[in-house]
Amino acid sequence: MTPEPGIGPTPSQTVGPFFHDALLDGDRSEMVSPDHPEAVRLEGTVYDGAGEPVSDAMVEIWQANGAGRYNDHADNREDLPLDGDFSGFGRSGTDAGSRFSFVTVKPGAVPLPDGEMQAPHIMVSVFARGLLKRVVTRIYFPDEEEANAADPVLSSIEDPKPRETLIAHDEGDALRFDIHLQGENQTTFFEL
Amino acid sequence: MRQQPTDETASLRPEENGQPPYLYPDYVATRLRAPKQPLIILPRTLSDTTGPAYGRGPIGELDSDLTRQHAGEPLGERIIVTGRVLDGDGRPVRSSLIEIWQANAAGRYTHHLDRHPAPLDPNFSGAGRCLTDDEGRYTFVTVKPGAYPWKNHHNAWRPAHIHFSLFGSSFRSRLITQMYFPGDPLFEQDPIFQSVRPSEAQKRMIATFDLETTEPEWALGYEFDIVLEGRDATPMEGRR
Repeated sequence: MTPEPGIGPTPSQTVGPFFHDALLDGDRSEMVSPDHPEAVRLEGTVYDGAGEPVSDAMVEIWQANGAGRYNDHADNREDLPLDGDFSGFGRSGTDAGSRFSFVTVKPGAVPLPDGEMQAPHIMVSVFARGLLKRVVTRIYFPDEEEANAADPVLSSIEDPKPRETLIAHDEGDALRFDIHLQGENQTTFFEL
Repeated sequence: MRQQPTDETASLRPEENGQPPYLYPDYVATRLRAPKQPLIILPRTLSDTTGPAYGRGPIGELDSDLTRQHAGEPLGERIIVTGRVLDGDGRPVRSSLIEIWQANAAGRYTHHLDRHPAPLDPNFSGAGRCLTDDEGRYTFVTVKPGAYPWKNHHNAWRPAHIHFSLFGSSFRSRLITQMYFPGDPLFEQDPIFQSVRPSEAQKRMIATFDLETTEPEWALGYEFDIVLEGRDATPMEGRR
């Protein structure tokens, strides 16, 4: 149909199980070369409410570059450098082992509209069969204890357990961020 | 026929904007995948009022014509699907990536996990993409997808649909949805379609047959406009 302005947004529907040829035919998970001096490997598993790994999910991430600037005209902070080769967007399916992975750089800090700084973080969307709409979360970094403690979004979550679901774990050669869609260890999800 | 939605389903349905709930028990796969903890409201910041310019490299000319991606033509009813992508204020969303995927005319996806015993079509992959133009318009040429069975409940069939993935202007406007065809008798028993209420919101997922778009002696035309959440607003405006 032809919507009139203001008629309301088009409803979301599940990505279903058969999106791979259309959405994952080019590798968008290596956002920088693994040889990049600042390269960070980010990986995790998506779990359902029974604790079973989800092998047909798609994870997308969106982040600022190392200087804290987004590669989008809506981020017009000209004083911060823009790296034209770094789009800030990544996409990974969960594979047969139900694992997603990215190679990226750690983003710089980004302010709130009032200038207050947020801790460095990555925006995450998860799509899957059985999700009628995406879930949205954020990945924070384990080596940013001070900034995390001061972060307005993290500190708005009083209970430590759901708060800590938003912080990745340092596993030496990679940062691990598992996503639990449901259950006792459910990841904290956001409403935009 | 499927039973009426349960009370539990009704109580979980968000009424405010016509988006489906996470948990819709009639769609069985939501039962173990729907989050159950309350969502945390995220303040508007640059992290979500920005977004990828487009999520892919250059778009090829044949990427939007799914009937010309192989040596021969696919079987099925040739269709043109066109429409505009608009933001929440009704303004066109320009140069924005749209990706689509669908079953072939027999109701079979090329995906290796699709076990429906319907034929594959060697001339149809069922995947396409394009960028919207300055008016926010997109156009795909394809064949009408077939309905197909799935095992959600006894004798469950998905209505014919084309999957659409859109980025819009920011992280907030990211949308994956499905476009349906008018008058499909399978809507009544399909919990994925029925998860959206009220029926006014369901209509936003159904294309309109359009004689203007239809090309004589060649292809039927369908019009499908898409309205994305969010606006091209900066966080300074303090909207959400």
